[in-house]
Amino acid sequence: MKVSYYPGCSLHATGKEYDQSMRAVSSALGIELREVEDWSCCGASSAHSTNFDLSIALSARNMIIAQKDDRDVMVPCAACFNRFKTAEHHLKTDEKLKTRIEGIVGAKYEGGNAIRNPIDIIYNEIGLDTLAAKVTKQLSGLRPVAYYGCLLLRPPEVCAFDNYENPHLLGNILDALGADVHNWSYKTCCCGGSLAISKTYIVVNMVDRLMRAAREAGANCVVTACPLCMNNLDMRPSQDLKMPVFYFTELMALAMELSGAEETFKSHIFDPRPLLRELKLI
Amino acid sequence: MNMKTFLDEVNERIDGVPLQRCYHCRRCTAGCPVAAYMEYNPNKVIRMIQNGKRAEVLNSSTIWLCLSCETCVTRCPNEVDIARMMDALRQMAIESGVAAHEKNILKFHDAFLANIKMLGRINEPLLMVQYKLKSGDLFSDMLLGADMLAKGKLSLLSPRTKDLKSVKDIFEKNQAQGDKFL
Repeated sequence: MKVSYYPGCSLHATGKEYDQSMRAVSSALGIELREVEDWSCCGASSAHSTNFDLSIALSARNMIIAQKDDRDVMVPCAACFNRFKTAEHHLKTDEKLKTRIEGIVGAKYEGGNAIRNPIDIIYNEIGLDTLAAKVTKQLSGLRPVAYYGCLLLRPPEVCAFDNYENPHLLGNILDALGADVHNWSYKTCCCGGSLAISKTYIVVNMVDRLMRAAREAGANCVVTACPLCMNNLDMRPSQDLKMPVFYFTELMALAMELSGAEETFKSHIFDPRPLLRELKLI
Repeated sequence: MNMKTFLDEVNERIDGVPLQRCYHCRRCTAGCPVAAYMEYNPNKVIRMIQNGKRAEVLNSSTIWLCLSCETCVTRCPNEVDIARMMDALRQMAIESGVAAHEKNILKFHDAFLANIKMLGRINEPLLMVQYKLKSGDLFSDMLLGADMLAKGKLSLLSPRTKDLKSVKDIFEKNQAQGDKFL
């Protein structure tokens, strides 16, 4: 499968583990990535919190560039994915807005390229059987809880993704890697992402609640598909509540024993390698 | 003469289900992860808008603390888009020059957008410097920042958008159409 790839700002910076593992996993699964040419920031929370048209226009610029290729646009960052899907929704349902945004961006929006998250592509296009057949190291002993957060799922009619109150795609992918996925009730709770810098004390309370719930569910790690959730869960919990947090693609790379799979663990703030060594996975 | 009420104005910006559909079941507030920190709960804000309490709403901490997690709109039995309402209220507060009750949250957004305008993409270390200079909150997260730097998590020189003009044009053309923020 060939897709356009929009990494977004985080995947070139604090979320580089997600980018590196995403590229490795894509190559192993036969997903050819072509980076959206000269992309710019999607605008994230700061644009939509302060100016609606600006938020749509900043995402639209990238979606319009991606039109050059007849490919789906794969957006791994949950926040960028949400902004692109939101822009797509409004551009397709509000003709007046579309005209206004095209005036601001200076190009026509055609809307022919589907915006997709890699979880969707791996689950629906590649398939779990194909994935499981490529797993050479079962992740035995790893007891993750799958954490989806907000931006992959809500609002459901815009994201059109997984079951929005009880999603399962990410958990199913981890199952296919041989991990012992634990169920929990906090799959879709917010981590506080957009206030991480400006209202840190609120966010610490929020991530502590999540980490406590993961522990109570019997997990020994948390798995995410969002660089903002990753930053918050990896860095912000109180010291006694910390546990390893992984991008799902890092665990896929580990289970498929792809070269460089262990490299990305080094830059986690809470080092996951002691757990992985204990489980004889590295 | 402008005869529009505060309720009319907000409804116009939400451009969806009118707020009058809310029957105050408080499901939005029950599911809101930050309701405990808010001055007014989400459903109370709707009631205040219905009662024309413009200054109180636009001056409140609530509109800035909303995380845009969209749990409220997902669960609302009447499909009232409360998250979009919060965005609209923030934008109205900025446009009418009301000082943000949560100054640092707005300063963060301000620094974030300035960063996009300058580079096309976010450079996280520069964003933090810009935010700290704006907010005066110079020393928080210093140890964390040092740890991140040591682990190679911070890229001081990240690639920028080459066609920066096309990004700047978006800000400028949008401003020409009535953006009073930047």
